[in-house]
Amino acid sequence: MEDLLKLAGVSYRSRLIVGTGKYHSFEETKHAIEVSGAEIVTVAVRRVNITDPNKENLLDYLDPKKYTILPNTAGCYTAEDAVRTCRLAREAGVGKMVKLEVIGDDKTLFPDIPATLEAAKVLVEEGFVVLPYINDDPIAAKKLEDMGCAAVMPLAAPIGSGLGIRNPYNIRIILEQAKVPVIVDAGVGTASDAAIAMEMGCDGVLMNTAIAGAKDPILMAEAMRLGIEAGRKAFLAGRIAKKLYATASSPLEGILA
Amino acid sequence: MNIHINGEKREITDGLSVAGLLEELQIRPGRVVVELNHTIVARESHGSTLLKEGDSLEIVHFVGGG
Repeated sequence: MEDLLKLAGVSYRSRLIVGTGKYHSFEETKHAIEVSGAEIVTVAVRRVNITDPNKENLLDYLDPKKYTILPNTAGCYTAEDAVRTCRLAREAGVGKMVKLEVIGDDKTLFPDIPATLEAAKVLVEEGFVVLPYINDDPIAAKKLEDMGCAAVMPLAAPIGSGLGIRNPYNIRIILEQAKVPVIVDAGVGTASDAAIAMEMGCDGVLMNTAIAGAKDPILMAEAMRLGIEAGRKAFLAGRIAKKLYATASSPLEGILA
Repeated sequence: MNIHINGEKREITDGLSVAGLLEELQIRPGRVVVELNHTIVARESHGSTLLKEGDSLEIVHFVGGG
């Protein structure tokens, strides 16, 4: 049976969700995303540069028929701004799924959980499919799930930090209690970080800087695809228990005397 | 008449519709969302929505983000 990520009733083969920021060009963005195998890509909502409106548009490179476009609310510091951004994004006609992030502080970019809860409530009521970015906080995860969010997205570490999962124990608690997909969002640095998240049983990983900021983003996109796949397969396979002492792999019978 | 577009004051032709303004600014309507005085203008209403002095307009689109 095919192992699929199910988000709000839609199935995806890839468990890697990628951002589209920080690339050198739209061409590079497109290439990296193709190589990553991701089917869901995040985008931000920003003002059009009215003095130079003829610049190419990101969606000229990412066909919304091919990819699920996941608009984010990056840069929003209040529930009101986040809701406004989601409404604008929905009007663009790429669906109802949004990555909700309400930032609490520009140094850490940690989420403002009370504001995230407030925005999530409004957005769920308005029929959005809400994927909230949260701390590795099991209580926030539970509240947002109960509110009707389609997934919960705890951070591994601060956005763009590349530190990997800083609190695997909290992620484990979130995984244990969640009935919606758990997607690790932000803080992944390299393929092994992504693999660890998947080995723990996370349903997916969302990343941007780890790929776009690598020396060779295309090669890193492939590494991430493989890391996600390896980690997922290892999780499904069920790893051996850790033991302090050795257990021989070769038979003890028939050893030459 | 004067209106604000994306936070900037601009002088535009009197009686212009949202669709007319986008055309004047050479912006493809299919790739943007317009908000007029904090209310979204649906794409099908671009032609029938007329701008007036002092209006505040936001024209947004998708850019790279994580």
